[in-house]
Amino acid sequence: MDLESKLSPIVRDMAPSGIRRFFDLVNQIPDAISLGVGEPDFVTPYHIRKTVTDSLEHGPTSYTSNQGLPELLSAVSEYLRKRFDLSYHPETEIITTFGGSEAIDLALRALICPGDEVMVVEPSYVSYEPCVVLAGGIPVPVATHAKEGFKLRVEDLERCVTPKTKALIISFPNNPTGAIMTAEDYTPIVEFVKKHELIVISDEIYAELTYKNKNHVSIASFDGMKDHTILINGFSKSFAMTGWRIGFIAAPEILWRGMLKIHQYTALCAPRMSQIAALEALQNGLQECLNMKQQYDRRRRFVVHSLSEMGLTCMEPEGAFYVFPSITSTGLDAESFAEQLLLEEGVAVVPGGVFGPSGTEHIRCSYATSLERLDEAMKRMKRFVEKKRQTNKEHYLQLG
Amino acid sequence: MELQEEILSVLSENARLTIEQISHIVNQPEDKVRETIALLEKKQAIIAYQCVIDWKKIGKQKVRALIDVQVTPQQAHGFDVIAKRIAMYNEVVNVYLMSGAYDLSITLEVDSLEAVGLFVTEKLAPLDFVVNTRTHFILKKYKEADVLLDTDGPDNRLHIAP
Ligand SMILES: Cc1ncc(COP(=O)(O)O)c(C=O)c1O
Repeated sequence: MDLESKLSPIVRDMAPSGIRRFFDLVNQIPDAISLGVGEPDFVTPYHIRKTVTDSLEHGPTSYTSNQGLPELLSAVSEYLRKRFDLSYHPETEIITTFGGSEAIDLALRALICPGDEVMVVEPSYVSYEPCVVLAGGIPVPVATHAKEGFKLRVEDLERCVTPKTKALIISFPNNPTGAIMTAEDYTPIVEFVKKHELIVISDEIYAELTYKNKNHVSIASFDGMKDHTILINGFSKSFAMTGWRIGFIAAPEILWRGMLKIHQYTALCAPRMSQIAALEALQNGLQECLNMKQQYDRRRRFVVHSLSEMGLTCMEPEGAFYVFPSITSTGLDAESFAEQLLLEEGVAVVPGGVFGPSGTEHIRCSYATSLERLDEAMKRMKRFVEKKRQTNKEHYLQLG
Repeated sequence: MELQEEILSVLSENARLTIEQISHIVNQPEDKVRETIALLEKKQAIIAYQCVIDWKKIGKQKVRALIDVQVTPQQAHGFDVIAKRIAMYNEVVNVYLMSGAYDLSITLEVDSLEAVGLFVTEKLAPLDFVVNTRTHFILKKYKEADVLLDTDGPDNRLHIAP
């Protein structure tokens, strides 16, 4: 039997993630210092783990309601109100999910009809585009540009919008660029979204990680925007809880109801243990979240400085835990840069093209790694960059 | 955070960082960092740069003991004078004035169990202001100077994650 032919063409024809090939390569070099990890290097704060082990010893291990434990939903609602000035009703507008990942899938499946176009602002997290395709939609990449600090500009949206456009996926603070959007940056975007009656799927998973005293602004907080927004957030990055698989989605009731149907049939509920952890995180974890952010901030400044010193142009990231320098000055493309850096110096970074066509001249370096390791990685990278420039120059002179 | 506090906080985690590295981390010119550290050293906000060591790892077993000491402060010997007198011994690494039944808590670090006994009987007890002592041996260390010991497992994360 031809099993290939049994696969849905959508799945069969889907290209494997670009990150996958690189992952396999890095795994052959076990001692490499990896700046390729998109998750915190901290373990989940102890009080959160302890709350869960205590709960496991005494407590219930059953399903929760589809949307989640009522206490957690209330805590999420309160958190969104306090931190981001958002108003979501705990009983009719919030669902806890298997991380932001499930939330992305829920939002897209609830919205998309075959042939609908979804604008995906890139460079961006690698899941959006495949999830749009899996939901039967057509992803339309919307570029952001290094010269604009990778902020979203309304001109780029205008170029891509068509009568078939239904939704727009954005994620700020951004993975991989570290860009954030201020209230000012959002103003024209908000107008655009209203004018074209679009739904914004706003993945705000890095909302707690903004620097330079700039607070995160949610697009849902603008006047009238709640009706246009599906908000995604979670605990993975802010509370160092990636392995727990817990996040949430918030949306106006009609959209909420749609997504809840899918969630109820495909997931039933988010894991109870993880919901308990999430509740503890919101109730008692915000200080530790700030402590981690302070560590990231130190590393951020250190890395930005080191990169600019080695002559790699790099806008200063104001959020998340990534820097996204351009590597064109080395004469290499990002794929070769990443591959050679790994093989010659044992440092792993992710070539930017993985995150979308606007990233092809960049590499993503995650600074969710100790300062000691970052220091060593930066030294090696400097040596590498100097060597490449030298080779480049010699090559040029020979041609000359 | 104010610069002095930020620098101290950075140094408290890793005192080996160079001025250059610190200047990147706190985002201030090197000269300013150098000056600030000099000032902090001068006013003894920075007391010393030390290393947190697990001697066991090189097969050296240092013995640490905590000794509670009850003293009778006399006219000429307030607690300060007594504490400073005890602090003069090389094997004493910490001396604190305490609330509670005992007055001073001292930490001793020596090479052997016998040396602890010798210290107490020959150096501490004979001091005329020492009334009573109580010795506790440290059996195992779990956390030292804010650092958890023997927990440094491998980084469990995948090498590359989106
Ligand atoms: C932008 C973005 N969204 C979502 C996720 C997935 O997060 P979760 O662990 O909550 O599924 C990631 C993880 O890297 C991410 O970078």
